[in-house]
Amino acid sequence: MRNIFNFVDRPSPIHELTGATKLICLVLWSLAAMTSYDTRFLIVLPLLSFALFRLSKIRISDVSFMLGFTAVFMVLNNVLVFAISPDHGAGIYGSEHILLGRGRYALTAEQLFYHANLILKYLSTIPIVLLFVCTTNPSEFAASLNRIGVKYTIAYSVALALRYIPDIQREYHEISQAQQARGIEMSRKESLVKRLKAASAILIPLILSSMDRIETISNAMELRGFGENKKRTWYMGRKFTKADIGAIIFCAVLAAAAFVLNYINGGRFYNPFV
Amino acid sequence: MKKSPVTTIVAIGIGAALFFVLGRFVSIPSPVPNTNISTQYGLLAFMAVLFGPVAGALIGFIGHALIDFSFGWGVWWSWVIASGVFGLLVGLASRKIRLDEGKCGKKEILGFNVAQIVGHIICWGLVAPVLDIVIYAEPLEKLFAQGLFSAVSNSVTTAIVGTLFCIAYAAAKPKKGSLKEEE
Repeated sequence: MRNIFNFVDRPSPIHELTGATKLICLVLWSLAAMTSYDTRFLIVLPLLSFALFRLSKIRISDVSFMLGFTAVFMVLNNVLVFAISPDHGAGIYGSEHILLGRGRYALTAEQLFYHANLILKYLSTIPIVLLFVCTTNPSEFAASLNRIGVKYTIAYSVALALRYIPDIQREYHEISQAQQARGIEMSRKESLVKRLKAASAILIPLILSSMDRIETISNAMELRGFGENKKRTWYMGRKFTKADIGAIIFCAVLAAAAFVLNYINGGRFYNPFV
Repeated sequence: MKKSPVTTIVAIGIGAALFFVLGRFVSIPSPVPNTNISTQYGLLAFMAVLFGPVAGALIGFIGHALIDFSFGWGVWWSWVIASGVFGLLVGLASRKIRLDEGKCGKKEILGFNVAQIVGHIICWGLVAPVLDIVIYAEPLEKLFAQGLFSAVSNSVTTAIVGTLFCIAYAAAKPKKGSLKEEE
């Protein structure tokens, strides 16, 4: 329960980068993966991220649970896209080559190519987030937000959220067990309305005690003069090294490449059908 | 009652933590297979009423981003942003509702629910699908079908859970003017 964010503490070159660097790289990488739909570019990104995984010494067993999640999600999304709009590919690429079947659900080469692109898109955005989560210490995360220009009050909100998630989780379990001892039932056996009522019997005490918690914490922070000064230092903050700057430049080049490709292709899609 | 900025910061932090715990661990199995009822939007609407639009927006944004980070299916920025927009809209629309003065009658409940239903429709019917098209270029029909389903199911749970939160919280607060000077 302690390690919900799956941070894996195992020294590697990726772990040594500062949190701020990894956050900037994540944003740039996501930007690159989001803007481009060029198939050639989308093949390069997953390969790169797998190489980075090797470098970070994260094992498959560390992330197998999350990879399973991702796989199910990817399959479901693809099925849904095909079920609802089987002619989306033809619409994008402006041509239609029927491979098999007929009627509305005829499988076209364009649709197949679009699905391949969609899968590549997931593969270029998801592993890099996993890598970020596995190699970034949550406490350093808040400090790095401040480093990239987020106001420290907001960065502190994130730090507070990370700090209090385990506490609130524990409190939820305590209240839940106390209420179950008094006979509430939340499983599938009960009707939906009763289940919702049971949930409220747990959630209302949780919310009310959290409101008290907010008051206590904000009083404590105010008494210590939080928010008086314009700046704040961080215990977990670190200085940039050469490797950090190198990583940022590398990701910036990736993002720039995505925009250049959009410009060359005259659109977001790479079209092999013309 | 005027709130200090520090209270808002703490409320954002604790609110995001609650949003995370509710979204991640409190799932009520629904009659439709493989879908769960997400109670966190009831919480988000309630917090937005209590602490205002800025807190609402940030609780939705931070809480949802943390959930996505912890699941490892990638961060779906389009939906994360939509959660933030929902908090913002409800916060803006319900400025007149004063739960901290212990007021939560029929008028407040009606206002709260109109605000949250309109907020859900705008967010899941408009903001999330449009962002999905911009980012992922997924087909329009699929996104609007998904969006509509989320809008309806989230409005229903917010109507039940959020309203209950408001009533319970207001009942626990002393009413404004409930104390009278002895004559």
